[in-house]
Amino acid sequence: MTSTESPRTVMHAADIARALTRISHEILESNKGPDDLVVLGIPTRGVTLAERVGGLLAEISGTPVPVGALDVTMYRDDLHRNPTRTPHPTEIPAGGIDGKTVVLVDDVLFSGRSIRAALDALNDIGRPAAVRLAILVDRGHRELPIRPDFVGKNLPSARAERVNVRLIENDGVDEVTIES
Amino acid sequence: MRHLLDTKHLSREDALRILDVAEDMRDTQSREVKKLPTLRGKTVVNLFFEDSTRTRISFEAAAKRLSADVINFSAKGSSVSKGESLQDTAQTLQAMGADAVVIRHGASGAPQTLATSGWITAGVVNAGDGTHEHPTQALLDAFTIRRRRFGDDSRGRDLAGVRVAIVGDILHSRVARSNVWLLHTLGADVTIVAPPTLIPQDLSAWPVQVAYDLDDAIAAAPDAIMMLRIQLERMNAAYFPTEREYSRRWGLDATRLRALPEGSIVMHPGPMNRGLEISADAADSPQSTVLEQVANGVSVRMAALYLLLAGDRSDTNAQEDAR
Amino acid sequence: MTATLIRGAMLNGTDATDLIVDDGVIAEVGTGLSRAGATVVDAAGLVALPGLVDLHTHLREPGYEASETILTGSRAAAAGGYTTVFAMPNTSPVADTAGVVEQELALGEAAGYVHVQPIGAVTVGQKGERLAELGAMASSRARVRVFSDDGFCVFDPLIMRRALEYVKAFDGVVAQHAQDPRLTEGAQMNEGTVSAELGLAGWPAVAEESIIARDVLLAEHVGSRLHVCHLSTAGSVDIIRWAKKRGVNVTAEVTPHHLLLTEELVRGYDARFKVNPPLRRDEDVQAVREGLADGTIDIVATDHAPHPDEAKSCEWQAAANGMVGLESALRVVQQTMVDTGLLDWDDVARVMSAAPARIGRLDTAGTPLVAGAPASFTLYDPAPVRTFARADLHGLSVNSPYLGRELPGEVRWTVFRGRTTVADGVVAASMDAEARA
Repeated sequence: MTSTESPRTVMHAADIARALTRISHEILESNKGPDDLVVLGIPTRGVTLAERVGGLLAEISGTPVPVGALDVTMYRDDLHRNPTRTPHPTEIPAGGIDGKTVVLVDDVLFSGRSIRAALDALNDIGRPAAVRLAILVDRGHRELPIRPDFVGKNLPSARAERVNVRLIENDGVDEVTIES
Repeated sequence: MRHLLDTKHLSREDALRILDVAEDMRDTQSREVKKLPTLRGKTVVNLFFEDSTRTRISFEAAAKRLSADVINFSAKGSSVSKGESLQDTAQTLQAMGADAVVIRHGASGAPQTLATSGWITAGVVNAGDGTHEHPTQALLDAFTIRRRRFGDDSRGRDLAGVRVAIVGDILHSRVARSNVWLLHTLGADVTIVAPPTLIPQDLSAWPVQVAYDLDDAIAAAPDAIMMLRIQLERMNAAYFPTEREYSRRWGLDATRLRALPEGSIVMHPGPMNRGLEISADAADSPQSTVLEQVANGVSVRMAALYLLLAGDRSDTNAQEDAR
Repeated sequence: MTATLIRGAMLNGTDATDLIVDDGVIAEVGTGLSRAGATVVDAAGLVALPGLVDLHTHLREPGYEASETILTGSRAAAAGGYTTVFAMPNTSPVADTAGVVEQELALGEAAGYVHVQPIGAVTVGQKGERLAELGAMASSRARVRVFSDDGFCVFDPLIMRRALEYVKAFDGVVAQHAQDPRLTEGAQMNEGTVSAELGLAGWPAVAEESIIARDVLLAEHVGSRLHVCHLSTAGSVDIIRWAKKRGVNVTAEVTPHHLLLTEELVRGYDARFKVNPPLRRDEDVQAVREGLADGTIDIVATDHAPHPDEAKSCEWQAAANGMVGLESALRVVQQTMVDTGLLDWDDVARVMSAAPARIGRLDTAGTPLVAGAPASFTLYDPAPVRTFARADLHGLSVNSPYLGRELPGEVRWTVFRGRTTVADGVVAASMDAEARA
């Protein structure tokens, strides 16, 4: 049954807030505390989420956690099939990533190729002790053996459907929608 | 961006895009692994009909740091010196699978002829054509001015209100032309300073002020002063009487350096004639950006190659190529 | 050979008239004519002009036959409505002796499409150092009356003076290519705002004007005729106007391309637009149009300059100067001068036929369409507007600046001394088959 309805909201602001809080708790639990954590968001909305998660981690643990951005444009494997993409800045916090546990943060996990590119980018920047992946929405249809460690919501979807994440800092509202 | 041929036709949006991407490229140069895989599998040919080790090496470094393969072709001792035409040279490179051709040529307009001829499908980057344009030089100069002014906060910023003086052989300078158009596009105020013989006869269409007196131009407190290399052959064509007179009237010596505001930067595209258009004091002072310009050149050329080659080239404007 | 009856042509653009051509001459001119057994040509709507005379053509033979030969250039001329062309001497060897000019004449006769009238060089090898044997060329079978070092300026004022004086002996004229070589070393295009932007070395107007100014004063001083080739600037027009007012015996020509095209076309570095003298500003185009209209400029001359593809499909600096122009000349003159109301067809007959013949002292050419005159004329249809294309070029070279451009008009018939060189828009494959009178 094909739906021609307008976008369906699958997460409202409160759902997003609860998901991020839960993810933050899970990160601290799995890491046994805040030590040596570095949170890096993948632009654009991954950076916004990373900042929120970093804030929550600091609040819950009482210790500041470094937050930064990791742009993966230069490492993508599909550049020549699309119009030229403009890269975003990469900001690695002072203290770097060597020996740290890097938590990559992105809004939607789909084919997994962005994360593969992120792992290559991290490799050229330094040698983390471990890399974890935190995702707000996992919509399936993986093309590579990539799996998230922390998930806000599992959202089974048809390949042709579009999943949109909107955040207050970027779009004025917090919501996740899906549409045909 | 299908080709990068000049700054005259570079929009403000495209110019800022190149400069901002260059910021990202610059950041990667301070990491341990300076290389990016972005242009892996692409072939960049340096087609240099004029000698120029510095520019060629800069483009080579830029291409290699993006993991592209580089082929260097210099005219001396090649089939070109035996009379092979631009057309045949270009088509040979095409047959070898060049994705981009970085061309430096003594004839103004040669890159445009190459880009619009239909002989090749590769992207063309102008690395200096005759006395016409040298767009990547102007871009790295603008990048340098912006960096010195705004530091790490440069992204997205233009040069509105920045006052630049360009001094030297404007008539024969492709660096001057490219800088005039780009600086104007970015909102800067440009004054050119030269002996009247070295200024084009009709400058009415140029967005610049003209001054014959260097001391007056310095008294106007420019934010940046760009010294151009003077070629001594010009003396023989009666453009100026002697080296000494040129240096005394239009050279940036120690006295003039002191007269510059402390925050002003001294620029030179290189190679420098130390003691002629620029004194050692000026070249080596903290205000001099000569070495930064060279470093920034690699970042800017990385940005140019990325924007030319990384995306899907088949959807770019075929109209750009129409004669 | 049978007679031909041309029916209903507009003589010099006016009333429809009939012409009977017989035995190489115009036998009769009138209305309602008839002639038993004559071939009838319906010329309704066509303008009949005396066969055009080009005082400035480069036929490249001897020496540069890859670009053009006297045969192929003659065909191109016929296609453009020409029945006489004056061939410039910058061949290899240079036409500076009786031998070379007689050879050119013979080749033109063998081709049979137009009268090829050789122009002799002013100086040996066109080097500007010593006078060539002008007298020998004048007395030769080629009867040279026009002398030029075209391609180069006769720069030395003393040599120019001597040449002007010497040719008086046989009613000759020196045709000067006005270009001060010192002011134009390495020049690539007109000097001005466009050259400043494009980084191409400039060819300043003053380099043309200063030579013309000098030459008209010299001509006045020694009482000689002077002809100025390819005038291109407003300043040059002013100087000629002043000189004529003073009574100097000077004539001037303008090319079709300088009546239409400007330096803006150099943007893009397409070497089809590279020519000497260069394309100038819009103000210059307007000035030469006015000069041609008021008689300051006496004639249109094509400066037809064929070049092979490799001399034009390259970077600007390496490209040769010149444009082919025989086939397009009348069409460009129509667009720029007739359709704008600056000239009528009578004036066109004057500036493209009668006056060039007179300057070249060729009384068998440029003759009006009257009974008893040689049957050399062209029938031209001014109505169609067509895109100029390769098919319109009939010489060996295709370096035309008009390819792809819309131009009015079409030459339908050209007749040279009673022999048809262009029939119904088609250039005759050869003129050997025609019976010679």
